[in-house]
Amino acid sequence: MIYQVKNLFFKYPAQGRSILQDASFTLQAGEIITILGPNGAGKSTLLNCLANLLKPLRGEILLCGRKMCEMSAKEVASCISYVQQTHIPTFAYTVLNYVIMGRAPKIGMFRKPKAQDEQAACEALDLLGIAHLADKPYTEISGGERQQATIARAIVQEPKVILFDEPTSHLDYGNQYRILVMIKNMQKQGYSIIITTHNPDHAILLGGKTAILDREGQLDVGKSSDLITEERLRKLYNTDLKLLPVQEVSRMVCVQPSLFRDP
Amino acid sequence: MGLKLKEQAIDRKEKRRIRSINFIFVVVLITTAVYSICVGKYPVSAIESIQIILANIFGFSGNWEPITESVVMELRLTRTVSAILVGASLAISGAAYQGIFRNPLVSPDLLGVSSGACIGAAMAILMTLPAAYIQFFAFCGGLLAVSITLLIPRMIKSDSNLMLVLSGIIVGGLMTSIMGFIKYTADPDTQLAAITFWQLGSLSYIKMTSVLSVFPAIVLSAVVLIAMSWWIDIVSLGEKEAQTLGANVKVIVYVTIACSTLLTASSVCIAGTIGWVGLVIPHMGRLIAGPDNTKLLPAAGLIGAIFILLVDTAARTIGSAELPLSILTGIIGAPFFAWLLYKQRMRLQ
Repeated sequence: MIYQVKNLFFKYPAQGRSILQDASFTLQAGEIITILGPNGAGKSTLLNCLANLLKPLRGEILLCGRKMCEMSAKEVASCISYVQQTHIPTFAYTVLNYVIMGRAPKIGMFRKPKAQDEQAACEALDLLGIAHLADKPYTEISGGERQQATIARAIVQEPKVILFDEPTSHLDYGNQYRILVMIKNMQKQGYSIIITTHNPDHAILLGGKTAILDREGQLDVGKSSDLITEERLRKLYNTDLKLLPVQEVSRMVCVQPSLFRDP
Repeated sequence: MGLKLKEQAIDRKEKRRIRSINFIFVVVLITTAVYSICVGKYPVSAIESIQIILANIFGFSGNWEPITESVVMELRLTRTVSAILVGASLAISGAAYQGIFRNPLVSPDLLGVSSGACIGAAMAILMTLPAAYIQFFAFCGGLLAVSITLLIPRMIKSDSNLMLVLSGIIVGGLMTSIMGFIKYTADPDTQLAAITFWQLGSLSYIKMTSVLSVFPAIVLSAVVLIAMSWWIDIVSLGEKEAQTLGANVKVIVYVTIACSTLLTASSVCIAGTIGWVGLVIPHMGRLIAGPDNTKLLPAAGLIGAIFILLVDTAARTIGSAELPLSILTGIIGAPFFAWLLYKQRMRLQ
């Protein structure tokens, strides 16, 4: 058992609305959960709670059987990698040095990374097929490459679970697909994964479990194939849509019928 | 596998490059130091000055005139050592501030640390407190100023680079007024000239005792900052990201601010406020040694030491009267920074 989330409540002090109302779920080793929800529902807030960046008002998160609120940043970081939405840092560190920073949980306060940390970073870059970027400045590579470098950094952290906050946003169609393949492969290698996305198709493609977070802060978790229904998605996104079986790809596909039939 | 080996070769080459750069800087620094000991109104030959210094260290005697020995040992060596300390302190603290606030525009001057420390020290002078108190007051003044500068963006809940710079300008304005008030109340015959001269930065009244009194603080802070430099890299990615990488962000930020402020305050104690060094030298270091703080902090320290040593030597040899240091650092630093901005085309948001 990686995560055991019990009766989580969360609310920002300045806002009247609760972001999370009595959210509970569990995540087993090697499982994947895709979180769906409309804009502003609080998907990122939920991830930030799971990454120990935000403290829930009530409720409890157990990480590998331990209460997360009692763990230090270092202990949490050696269990969780958090791939946040990428941004461009102020200083132009090379991609290799950026990836080496993922080794931080294993390195002491007054120490620097050693040859073995560099070796791990090189292997991760190789694994993601971006070894040629190693000595390029992280500030000067493309959005897709930056996403890959951040995933490489998540890997060298050697976590049990990886959280992805909208890893496919700002990426073109092909890169979205490549990142999803990469995430699915990582699940096959044994990592547990929690990912947020705006695209229900991604949840269908990734399989596993889906969590639906609505505007009232209600979180439903279940098997993707059970939870993702046409009616549910229509209500969630407040729009007309169709969930159709497409024989050629032998899966369900979520599509918009036309632009002229707003409900 | 082939790729991996190649990457490591690149990295090893990079390490060798950094090592040779630092070696060159050390050689330049020693040469400049010897040169600065030799030149002046009473010129001494390089061989003679080295002999005198070695003789004093190892306790043998030679056949040089006593006045030569006193010029080298009492005047010039003190000044050279303090120029090195001041230059290294300002450059290292500037680089550390820029890293921890992930803002290439901040410096000890802009954050108000220098002027805060200056006010603290000036108040200690006004109250005619002993030398040890001046250092303590300078540190407290610097820390207070940087705290106010950091508090303003926090109060209006903005963490943009621009807001921190604006806040620094606000605090700077406040400090200028307070300094004006202190100068207004100072005794025009004795204290005013000293405070004004000191506000523009100078090493002309430096004494070995005051250098020795700040020496431990400077060395300790510099060592702590260099030891923590890799974690400054991590915090420079952003506080949230640093925390998810397991960094104890608060401790790193506070220790870095304390050490950098101590460095600046110590340098203000012995040399007054010297502008531009803490802003420009880290940028120059980044051009030469790259953005990683592990490499940048030592390189910036060496460049800063060489720079102040040259500036101070120029200040006391150019004209008939000594020039304050800030005049020269400003004349050199401001156009240089403009050139750097053009060269890096920094993204500023």
